[in-house]
Amino acid sequence: MSCETKQNQERAYCDYLLRPGNTNCAGCGMSIALQWLDSALGDEKPTLVIPACCGIVTAGAFPTSGYGVPTAASTFAAAAAVATGISAVAKMNDDPHPVVCWAGDGGTYDIGIATLSAAAERNEDIIYICYDNEIYGNTGGQRSSATPEGVVTTTTASGKGERKKDIMAIMAAHRIPYAATLSVAHCEDFIRKIKLARSMTGFRFLLILSPCPTGWKSEPEQSTELIGTAVRSGLFPLYEIFEGSRYRINERPDGTPLEEYVKQQRRYKNVAAHLDPLKNFRDEQWRYLDGMVKAFPATEEDGG
Amino acid sequence: MSKSLVTGNLAAARTLAAAGEANRAALGCCAGAYPITPQTEIIEHLRGCEFSKGRVVAVESEHSAMAVCMGASLAGARTFTASSSNGLAYMVENIFAAGYYRLPIVMIAVNRTLGPPWNIWVDQGDSLMFRDAAWLQFYCDSHQDLADTILLAFRVAEDEQILLPVIVAMDGFVTSHTTMVVDLPDQAKVDAYLPKCNVPHRLSHAHPSTIGGLTWPRETELHRHEIQQSMERVPAVLATAIDEFELVFERRPAGILEAKCTEDAETVVIACNTMARTLGDVVKARREGGEKIGMVRTKMFRPFPREELIAAIGSAKRVAVLDRNHSPGSGGIFWQEIAATLRERPDVLLQDYVVGLGGGDVTPAMIGEIIDDLNQRSQSTAPIWKEAAA
Ligand SMILES: Cc1ncc(C[n+]2csc(CCOP(=O)(O)OP(=O)(O)O)c2C)c(N)n1
Ligand code: SF4
Repeated sequence: MSCETKQNQERAYCDYLLRPGNTNCAGCGMSIALQWLDSALGDEKPTLVIPACCGIVTAGAFPTSGYGVPTAASTFAAAAAVATGISAVAKMNDDPHPVVCWAGDGGTYDIGIATLSAAAERNEDIIYICYDNEIYGNTGGQRSSATPEGVVTTTTASGKGERKKDIMAIMAAHRIPYAATLSVAHCEDFIRKIKLARSMTGFRFLLILSPCPTGWKSEPEQSTELIGTAVRSGLFPLYEIFEGSRYRINERPDGTPLEEYVKQQRRYKNVAAHLDPLKNFRDEQWRYLDGMVKAFPATEEDGG
Repeated sequence: MSKSLVTGNLAAARTLAAAGEANRAALGCCAGAYPITPQTEIIEHLRGCEFSKGRVVAVESEHSAMAVCMGASLAGARTFTASSSNGLAYMVENIFAAGYYRLPIVMIAVNRTLGPPWNIWVDQGDSLMFRDAAWLQFYCDSHQDLADTILLAFRVAEDEQILLPVIVAMDGFVTSHTTMVVDLPDQAKVDAYLPKCNVPHRLSHAHPSTIGGLTWPRETELHRHEIQQSMERVPAVLATAIDEFELVFERRPAGILEAKCTEDAETVVIACNTMARTLGDVVKARREGGEKIGMVRTKMFRPFPREELIAAIGSAKRVAVLDRNHSPGSGGIFWQEIAATLRERPDVLLQDYVVGLGGGDVTPAMIGEIIDDLNQRSQSTAPIWKEAAA
């Protein structure tokens, strides 16, 4: 290792939110998303709260850590409540660092939903980010309520029988200042949304579709491309909801067939032959979103 | 010092609030609060308090109440909460987490029977469930003892030699809902007594660290060992806290345990909380009748005071334990601890009596029968269930 490289690594080791040496799998969506989160927040380093999930394993083992910012590992269901305490103390002491929850879909859609809902209802000053890999990655790939219909997991051997939960609608129903979906294939849009969320106070909810080659049985080098396909085919719409009542769509499907998305992931092996339920899910999602945007459009004042 | 006629709950709530307010010169205070009978009055009062620098968050569950305390404590503030019975059971995961994070949280446990069947009256089984949770535990016999012990609890919990959370327990209804005259501390004296809360391992942007992540077996074992070492330092730290309490408040609260008439006693009865006060009356009357009998009120349950207990029992030949709690398949929980301690005294006949479960009255007459039973025993038997046997 050259002297220069070593120096660079040491600097990197100190400065970055996500440090080299973290334990993420190759092609993990978190690796991209955490770096973009870091660059979007710039000097305003966040305080992280991470419940049980791959995201805390990312840190690696004591005494080193893959995180270069203060990070609390919370119990699985408790991230938004632990963040409430941190944010309350930050506020009363004029500490400017944003408090960010970084949680998987299990900690968000399933076990943590009561805590999440309560913190949203209290409009706590927290940025809650769910990196949604549609599976319990940390425990080896079991279903969650974010797993799409038909997907094979270790607890849905012949494909999941239920559809994916609409967490965005649930969060919108709390009338929180801001909720948005983010894609790791759309850098500018991603960074803009983080910055917009950062410019607000109160509870902000960001949902990232986070590729997980290990659980999705996909190729690591195709991760970003896969998410791009999810957005272009309309399966994962990019949109924003202001105060739970004004909608903005950021990108429309371009006719890319769903087949392109599913064929690259062996978790969809049972679905590939009969895609109708997934297509219906996508189309229904768009009918709903189009209806909402028509009836309740975002305004220029909503910014971004 | 102001004398007030207050319920046990209010004595606890006002003392917690004064302790929280006292940290205004540092990072303030924060609590997560969720109601359950018979604790509710505490959190209602706390929610109504105006702190110079503090917030009481009305959360959606006990799990989150403790989580808010953990977050606030990780951020360096003084933290406290209160719960009972099924609320404590719901909180379990985060109670263990708070202990292992080494956060100096003070929690009031208003002892209540765990359901089902549903019963809101006293039974110590709820807080005793946390005997393995890296929390200190104190059991209080009166409103005054409660208020004083809460202040001691903050002192000990936040001491850099300890840094562990503390449960301060009182009897549901018998203490929580009855009124007594209590010397509630003035804010200025609490300010003088409690130093600024300093959580040395708090989250910090100057020294970013990851708290509570993965550790290897060796580090994990070292962590547990350090907690044990801190537990072993508690008696000394508590003794100093009591000495300084006396300097500030001109009153000396009980610490580890209270022994009465034990010097020459042949029979000693052990109890905690308000049962110990009834027991005290019985022992006094019997002493006046010439019996060589004494009593011990176990106040500190974690760390368990082995040496102090052996010393307190002295040369007694027979020891009875009154347990208002029960571990199915074993017996009373205080008895288990005391039995383990008395292995050093094989000459002592130790007998457990399970009494007053579900809030049943433990009367002087009942305690008298227990003493008579103990005194005529030549050997001990399995825990005796007073009500079930009657
Ligand atoms: C109370 C509790 N139940 C179960 C677990 C085991 N567990 C740890 S992480 C996890 C799944 C996490 O899934 P998700 O939130 O989707 O994050 P991912 O691992 O996929 O990143 C489970 C079930 C736990 N840590 N705590
Ligand atoms: S299992 Fe999936 S989410 Fe977890 S680190 Fe690996 S790629 Fe990322």
